Formats: sequence, C-alpha cells, structure tokens
Amino acid sequence: MLAPLEIVLSYEQVFLFSDEARNKIKMKSESKFLTGLAKRVIVCLDVKAGRVVKGINFLNLKDAGDPMESASIYSREGADELVFLDITASVEKRRAILEVVAKTAEQVFVPLTVGGGIRNLQDIRILLKSGADKVSINTAAIENPSLIKEASKKFGSQCIVVAIDAKKIDAMHWQVFSYGGTKPTSKDALKWAKEAENLGAGEILLTSMDKDGTCDGYDLGLTRIIAEAVNIPVIASGGAGNLEHLYQALTKGKADAVLAASIFHYGEYTIKETKRYLKNKGLPVRT
Amino acid sequence: MDKFIAVIDYGLGNLRSVSKTLEAVGARVKVTNSPEDIACACAIVLPGVGAFKRAMDNLTRLKVLPSIVRAINQGKPFLGICLGLQILFTESQEHGSNRGLDLIKGEVKKFGPGIKIPHMGWNSVRFKAQGAKHRIFDGIPEGSYFYFAHSYYVEPKDKDVIISTTGYGSEFTSAVNKDNIWGVQFHPEKSEKLGLKVLENFYSNVSPVRNCPKL
Repeated sequence: MLAPLEIVLSYEQVFLFSDEARNKIKMKSESKFLTGLAKRVIVCLDVKAGRVVKGINFLNLKDAGDPMESASIYSREGADELVFLDITASVEKRRAILEVVAKTAEQVFVPLTVGGGIRNLQDIRILLKSGADKVSINTAAIENPSLIKEASKKFGSQCIVVAIDAKKIDAMHWQVFSYGGTKPTSKDALKWAKEAENLGAGEILLTSMDKDGTCDGYDLGLTRIIAEAVNIPVIASGGAGNLEHLYQALTKGKADAVLAASIFHYGEYTIKETKRYLKNKGLPVRT
Repeated sequence: MDKFIAVIDYGLGNLRSVSKTLEAVGARVKVTNSPEDIACACAIVLPGVGAFKRAMDNLTRLKVLPSIVRAINQGKPFLGICLGLQILFTESQEHGSNRGLDLIKGEVKKFGPGIKIPHMGWNSVRFKAQGAKHRIFDGIPEGSYFYFAHSYYVEPKDKDVIISTTGYGSEFTSAVNKDNIWGVQFHPEKSEKLGLKVLENFYSNVSPVRNCPKL
C-alpha cells in the first residue's frame, strides 16, 4: 500500500521530475482517495418456492428461511451484491420469487441479481419490474443466444449477466453445460464468453463445475483465461473454502468479483472479516 | 399531500428501488409521468439506466420534458441519477450523436479502451466542491464507495459544476451541481447507508410547494 503524500508539491515542482517520478507522485497523492474500482464480494442465496434452502442457521435469524431477512443482514454486514438463485422446479410456484424480490428490494439497498429459470424477455421484464437490478441467464442464452442481444438492447447491458457453468476438458478448454450443469453442450467456455460479450452481456458469472462444492478453491485457470479474454467484468464462482481462495481468484484468477455461498452461510467467515482480509492483502475493497 | 417528490417513470430503470429508498429517508414519493404531478411536486428525481437515445425518445413521447424543464427553471430541486444525470447534458456520443436537454453544457462520452466496460461495481468519490455545492455529500467521508453501473460518463464544459470525481482509467465526473440541479453518476439507491445519506441530503433541501392541490 502506498502512503499518502505528506508534502504537497506545486505543479512546477512536479514538472522538474522525470515521467516516472511524476507518476509516482501522482499515484501517491491520489492513492488516498482514488483507489479505483473495488473488488466485489457477492453472496449467493438459493431460493426455492420463495424460501432460502441452504444453511444460514448461524445468522441469528428470526426466520432462517426468509430470503429478505438473510439479504438484509448480509447487505448491512457489507456484502457488495446479492444473488438469488431460484431453484424452484415447478412453473406455478415461480411466482414466489417475484414476491421475494419485491419485498427484498424495499429493504435491501445493494444490487440484487436474480437467476434461475429465466426463459424470455417477459421473464426478465417482470423480474426487473419487481425490483431486481440484474438478471442472470444461463440455459435460455445457450439455446437462444439472440436473447442476450434483445435483452441488453431493451434493458441495457448493465442488467444482463450471462451465467456459464463450465467443466474442464484440458488445460486450455472447458465445456459449457446447461440445465444446472446436467446437460453437456457443444460450446467451449472461452468462445461462449466472448460470444456473450459480443451479443451485449454486461457481466459473466463463471462457475467451475469441477470445483463447485469442493471448498478447495476456485478454478484459477478457467477464471483467468476468460477474465483476460473479455472486456466485461467476470465473477468467479464455485470452490470457495477459505479467504485465501477469494484472494487467489481476484489476483491470479484476474476476476473482478467473487461469489460465494457456503463459507458465509455456515458462519465460517463474516463479510466483515473477508473484506478486512482482502484489504490487508492490498486489494481495493469497500469496507 | 402537501410535499412529495416526483420520481419520473419513463419505462427505464429500477423505479421501485429509487422510490423505496426515498421513502426510507422519510420522503413522500409519487412515481409518475404526468405533467400535472410534476407541476405539483416539490422536487423531481429522474432515475434511469440503459440507452441515452431511448431515454430521450421515451421522455419526448410521454411529453414530460417541458414540465421537467419548467420545474427546474422554477427552482425546484432536481436529482438526476445515472442516465438521469447524462441526459441533462448537451449531447451524447452513445450510438452516434444524440441531443440531450442541454441544461448543463458538455458531452457524454464512452470510457476509453484498456478498461473493462461497463464500469460496474463500487468505486470511491473525491470531493471537488465546498459549502452549498457540497450539500449532497454532507456527513459523508471523502473516499467513500458508491455503486456504479455505466459505460458512458459526463464531461462538463464548465468545471465549476463538478462536485465529485472518481477514478476509472482516468478521473471522471461522478457528481455535479448547478443551482438547483443535482446529478450523480452512481446509484445512491444501491449504495447502502451512504447512498441513503445522499438521498436524505437531497430530500432535506426540499421545501414544500404551496398551492399544491390535494391528490
């Protein structure tokens, strides 16, 4: 970390230095306030028929199944964004997520992304209208890539997240799966990420199927190859087991944000200590 | 109802969040696109995300622009958020060249190459003004983080309107003030406590409009 500049130099004085020295002075004087875009820590909650289904018994909640209450606590703790993943299977029960989103948007003042089962423009429109800030599209985008184009044109790229579930084939290749990782596709993850960007996606939510649920770290190779290839933010997902894993994904993996679920839900780490950890390691984070 | 803020509904942006956040800081809010409501409101908030041209087209089609401009000229506090800030400017480079409201002279430009676009996430603000022009940031520490989600930024001709800047590639204007017009590039409604504070500061500038008929 750079120390704030203690002596203020006039422009003329600065002008006498070399370019390198001037840059250093400029960086020093700006470092205090212009730390730049923070790396984001995103918490994901699985929601089924309007109820949270994973863990979170540590949070001292009145109702551990209420997504709004969990979301509210995480946001007050300092989570940069929240994701509701709707895993409701039956169509008629999907209405529940809309009520959950509406209720959450009234009381939680950080960005909220909703994913799971989004099929078309109408689904997106209803979710955004209910109070979601972004939607995450996976299978529907694979089966109908023009949905990305139409949705980003209609609602703006900033609210269209393309989720990619990828499984490793070799050191340079990852295969894309649809339907929650159950159906293999012919798509290569790197090519698909680039295509999604070209179609207008505003972000990529990248999940390693090999690492998901293992708690032994993100797939850094996958994360890096895609984060370096696209010019939109990449969120790393799948495999977080400790805070060092988050740090690795944001540095070696070049991710712009990290998504995690269980390490927060089961109370292993709080958002506060996560942020402190990353900050102490020199990463720009919002604390 | 003698005191309410009109949040302009023109088919773009997360109006629910904006109106709920304003309500959370104590404001009465009416989400509307009726010129009568705008005439009665004691303050105007113009939210918005998405494309510049679409925003101007929608506002034109709804015939709300004259009433918004009239309200601003009457001295009513106005807050533009994100795209709602950008359309105050002379013109935008987004998809060719498009005219804005020209209430603040300057251009809306795309972020340069070499950085990821959209500029998405939490970034810090550096204050550029003091006193009355700084009011919207009262009680907020310098360097505080706010949530951004945009690909274009404003470049005012008159640098005096700039009240905060933010670093992304280079330093860009993240908030402006000109008389009763306020504009923020970030989303206060998505920026947790400090975002609420910005809206509270804006709300505290609002004074009731007399002769406002009961709704």
